[in-house]
Amino acid sequence: MATGVATDSNRLAYTGGVLAPAAQARTARRWGWLLYAEYRLTSMRAYLQTIVIRSIGLPLLYLASMGLGLGALVDSGAGGVDGVSYLVFVAPGLLVSSIVMEATGEFTYPVMSGFKWQKHFFAAAASPVRPGQIAVGEVVAVGLRFLIETVVFWLALLLFGAVTAATSWLVILIAPLAALAFGAPLLAFAATQTDEGAQFAFIQRFVVMPMFLFAGTFFPLGAMPWYLQWIGWISPMWHGTQLARVVCFGMPNPVWLSVLHLVVLLVTAVAGTWFAVRIFTRRLTR
Amino acid sequence: MSVIQARSLVKSYGDLNAVDGIDFDVAAGESFGLLGPNGAGKSTTMRMIGGTSLRTSGTLSVLGMDPETHGPEVRANLGVIPQQDNLDTELRVRDNLITYGRYFGLPRSYLQRRADDLLEFAQLTDKAGEKVDNLSGGMKRRLTIARGLINEPRILLLDEPTTGLDPQARHILWDRLFRLKEEGVTLVVTTHFMDEAEQLCDRLVVMDRGRIVAEGSPAQLIRQYCTREVLEVRFGSERNAAVVQQLGDVAERLEVLPDRILLYTDDGEAALERVTSLGLQPLTSLVRRSSLEDVFLRLTGRSLID
Repeated sequence: MATGVATDSNRLAYTGGVLAPAAQARTARRWGWLLYAEYRLTSMRAYLQTIVIRSIGLPLLYLASMGLGLGALVDSGAGGVDGVSYLVFVAPGLLVSSIVMEATGEFTYPVMSGFKWQKHFFAAAASPVRPGQIAVGEVVAVGLRFLIETVVFWLALLLFGAVTAATSWLVILIAPLAALAFGAPLLAFAATQTDEGAQFAFIQRFVVMPMFLFAGTFFPLGAMPWYLQWIGWISPMWHGTQLARVVCFGMPNPVWLSVLHLVVLLVTAVAGTWFAVRIFTRRLTR
Repeated sequence: MSVIQARSLVKSYGDLNAVDGIDFDVAAGESFGLLGPNGAGKSTTMRMIGGTSLRTSGTLSVLGMDPETHGPEVRANLGVIPQQDNLDTELRVRDNLITYGRYFGLPRSYLQRRADDLLEFAQLTDKAGEKVDNLSGGMKRRLTIARGLINEPRILLLDEPTTGLDPQARHILWDRLFRLKEEGVTLVVTTHFMDEAEQLCDRLVVMDRGRIVAEGSPAQLIRQYCTREVLEVRFGSERNAAVVQQLGDVAERLEVLPDRILLYTDDGEAALERVTSLGLQPLTSLVRRSSLEDVFLRLTGRSLID
């Protein structure tokens, strides 16, 4: 057997070099959410490649096909949308919707894994970090991932000349907010699920795809019959896209409506996180 | 001085009392065992100690604090080894230790040194850069224990530390745990293996259906509830039941199991002679010392491992 035995001069249990337990607890009480977020970002390194390829590849693909291909058709037929070229119209929608759709990946199966497969939520809960801080840390870490991806996407839009207003950089905050307005409630929902079934595939097919197709990404909501327009109003994606259009090319929008978009996104993201905190706490102290 | 004190501790799930009013004390530096079959309430008790399961009633104090209101303060003093390893399989071995240590707010400079010491302790130094998935079951278990030591805990909670490991891996692990005990770490161990309890525990409670049915050191329990020796005889599954009546006077007490009969007596060889003098020829016979398994059988009428 290999000799890995600690000698008396090299005691293992208490070296005396560690931060006092009371200080550990104080740090965790205040910063536990950030400590968990740090872990979550580290664990993303395992699929960093996928994240990078998606965040660079997606915008290029979308811009090429929708902006240039479909755009040429729309611009020659209708002379653009809302007074701008189709590329400029569709770019903020593509940005917001792709980031929102990333939330589906991060807030479904990884959440089930945390509770059921790898059980890393239980591992964290056995440390001084509290269950609610784990939920908040999830939101913060994934939100930060969205922020970085949005920056990359936005730079690509700049490069393509697809954003025209000086305020377009604000989209860096709007897109992650929209993604969390959809993602945080999804996190709360996923945390209630104990068995893997068709529920996540159902969300992908019957919530995310309709939202992508009907919530104003490719054409203004007003172009649809009135009885389909509610899909937009209940979609974080639409509220985010509309706000993004205001800042990216100065789409005419009443101020109260812009404020409403922002309030809807903030309230949904915060309420979702609040529910997630409650559900995590209940499940990790059962 | 006791570091853990439980009084009338109860945990209910609906109508089921998983833990049904237990009292116990764990002294500093002691190695304390919770022995019982699956579903006895051992793991639930462990989780209540860490404040990761809220009790239904009763009181619990860990280092003088209530783990429900002072969860972070209590857990900063604990190392928790759960029943199932919950390592991050996507991180490397050494990174598992470092990232976990960050939950305690410990600085990276400390954690890097500590991780190297712990890898050496766990005999995993040459696996530091491996993916966790490539480790054997025993190595994963040792890594989980190393992870539980990252914050230099005063109390180590080990839930079924060697379940599922082969005999060699178990012995390596017991050796490591014994080392910690020598350094003064308080160990709280749940197990359904009596040999593990005998190896590791200074004192233990026997749990069954949420209650404590006996308490003492392994030797005390055996003395109190058992004879010194046990004679095991097999007559074949058909005949076992038939010969029981004839064996009535041979030993102090009999236990009839599906495959064999246990005769409790202070002198096993003498008992075997009496059996053969009755004209009975067992297919196999074995004289051994009483173990905690026998204590458990006596107390509950059931085996530890179903």
